[in-house]
Amino acid sequence: MTDRTGPTPPRDGANAGCGTSDPAAFEPAGVATASVTDQLVGSLYRRAEEVARAAVTRHGRGWDPTPVIDTLLTSRVTGLPIMLLALAAVLWVTVVGANYPSQVLTHLLFGLEEKLTLLFGALGAPAWLHGVLVLGMYRGLAWVVSVMLPPMAIFFPCFTLLEDLGYLPRVAFNLDAVFKRSGACGKQALTMSMGFGCNAAGVIACRIIDSPRERMIALLTNNFTVCNGRFPTLIALSTVFVGEGTKQVLGPGLAASLAVVGIVLTGVAVTFAVSWLLSRTLLRGVPSFFALELPPFRRPRVGQVLVRSLLDRTVFVLTRAVLVAAPAGALVWVLANTSVGGHSVLAHLASFLEPAGRLLGLDGFILTAFILGLPANEIVLPILLMSYLSGGTMVEAESLQTLGGVLVANGWTQLRALCFMLFSLLHWPCATTILTVWNETRDRRWTLAAVLLPTAVAVVVCSAVAHTGRLLAALAAG
Amino acid sequence: MKQVGPERPGCGGLSARPGAGCRPVVALAGNPNTGKSTLFNVLTGLNQHTGNWPGKTVLVAQGVARHRGRPYTIIDLPGTYSLLAGSLEEQVASDFLCFGRPHVTVVVVDATCLERNLNLALQVMEVTDKVVVCVNLIDEAERRGYAVDVRTLADELGVPAVATVAREGRGVAELLDVVEGLVDGTIVTRPRRAAYAPEVERALRRVESRLAGRLPPGAAVRWLAARALCGDQSVLCLLAPSSGSDETVVVSLPTSVRGPFTQAENVPAEGRVSS
Repeated sequence: MTDRTGPTPPRDGANAGCGTSDPAAFEPAGVATASVTDQLVGSLYRRAEEVARAAVTRHGRGWDPTPVIDTLLTSRVTGLPIMLLALAAVLWVTVVGANYPSQVLTHLLFGLEEKLTLLFGALGAPAWLHGVLVLGMYRGLAWVVSVMLPPMAIFFPCFTLLEDLGYLPRVAFNLDAVFKRSGACGKQALTMSMGFGCNAAGVIACRIIDSPRERMIALLTNNFTVCNGRFPTLIALSTVFVGEGTKQVLGPGLAASLAVVGIVLTGVAVTFAVSWLLSRTLLRGVPSFFALELPPFRRPRVGQVLVRSLLDRTVFVLTRAVLVAAPAGALVWVLANTSVGGHSVLAHLASFLEPAGRLLGLDGFILTAFILGLPANEIVLPILLMSYLSGGTMVEAESLQTLGGVLVANGWTQLRALCFMLFSLLHWPCATTILTVWNETRDRRWTLAAVLLPTAVAVVVCSAVAHTGRLLAALAAG
Repeated sequence: MKQVGPERPGCGGLSARPGAGCRPVVALAGNPNTGKSTLFNVLTGLNQHTGNWPGKTVLVAQGVARHRGRPYTIIDLPGTYSLLAGSLEEQVASDFLCFGRPHVTVVVVDATCLERNLNLALQVMEVTDKVVVCVNLIDEAERRGYAVDVRTLADELGVPAVATVAREGRGVAELLDVVEGLVDGTIVTRPRRAAYAPEVERALRRVESRLAGRLPPGAAVRWLAARALCGDQSVLCLLAPSSGSDETVVVSLPTSVRGPFTQAENVPAEGRVSS
């Protein structure tokens, strides 16, 4: 068992009491409190030792590999590479594993769409009803389920297995020094890790950080951790724009997963940078100490984890799809098919946002999709695809390859894909996370900061990347 | 799964009076990562995911267990190494035990590092007599070459001890049998507490007498005195000259424990059903 304990500092959270009385108040009574405390605690420890000695016998054999593994996992030399390898491995399994079920689901669900269209035709349903229900709601659902569900169903169990195994505290241990240097709490590594599952969960996990200052830093930066709702988007785009080109050289999936690793690491780097900035401006202070226990490795209950997280995830994603993607799909269809002055409302919106989109290396439709996707990050890419497809570009999107086709037909380049991924990584949190931040802080200004801060970062980073990219392209061409 | 503060521990939150139609309140205390949450899930049948990282249970979780047709309210306290209120978790756990007064406290200890875990068990025994030590992860200890003699442990501590493997449900029925016995009074404990030096005892008694008039009935005076001696602000506040009447005592208590007192008259609906 490894205990890494620092001194306990005066705490600014739990013990902030009346502040009028202190242990010194007892000293006139003839007892030095410090020595009494030591004696009291000492008696307890001695008694514990006595009891344990009587009750526990050691019978030699028996092997505990934990110290050896921990040395490897937390050493300065091997700790970080192992962490990156683990991340890359999980993402690679997800990228490769999600490809096939994604294709099957797309084929199945869009096949059903045709059947539904035929059915609506046979029943003589009006075109608008067919539009709202089938081309809007159903198609939105189909996109979310086929593109988003498979990566989630693979990534989440993998992540849960690592969590069950006891790897996360080791990650926290490895990252502790960097967080300290950023003026934040080392426990933020844990809240960040939870953010990989869901940012709302990560924000709630921030409760484990005692100091209000450090908790706020962790809370405001959790959004820079790629959540489950954004992983599939990143994976799909990496597969299309990075994976396809390098398939022959690196094998399927490897380059794509490395690209996603790159995005994730960018998010971590931004977390450090913003934490550093916050701890020197709005949330000034000295990082506090804490004790972190590295729990023993436990054999994860693989079956249970797989079944539970798969089922729970599936149910969760499907529920969310019904609740969010279906209405969003209907809304997108209505916006795309209600015309004002010769153009659809969606086109008006997109052209209004076009200059801002251009600035960020995106386009108006993408920004519209991000705004309409506020309820859940899962639906941003589906909304975008629907907007593109309703714009007259009739591409039968049946797999990730054709997904690339849709995007390229709408002027996407690798630079735009990169900007999209960065914007997805850095932009404002989803509605659930914003609500959670509000619940945790109960402060309008901090909640607003949790929205504006990432947005500002996204704008700065994306426009910088877009301009640099264009400049380089111009130089290469000229 | 409800995440609640300690303010709604069923109807038994205030006093250690079992019976009276109340659903007995059983608290789970223990060091981080001893499998408290796993045990909680097994007991309550909740399938909440239990992560393997310290600090997962930040607040107090509550659920209901059934044993031989009888319901028990199970409270999963945050994992702590001590009840001497150094961190928020420690304060929540300590306040709950001192003021919430559960009918039975199960101290979950890790069989692979018993000595360190027993420190908390001994502290809980300072707060209450109704303690059962649950020696969890006994299989892992055996794999590593440790044999824990549960009977000797129980004799040494003077409270019952049960060996369990919570993740497989082993020993959980026996544990609930003991809990039942403690609630009904068929099992009587004789805790063998740590012996303090005479001057510590004197200091404790002095603080106890000063605290006595300022606490609601049933509060664990001795342990609160120990906390005061160790410089716990929230308890020291109770001793401040300004807090004269009982009214002020309630107000000056940390918010995490204020609930049980202020709700003393209007018992939560959940509790009223059975009474």
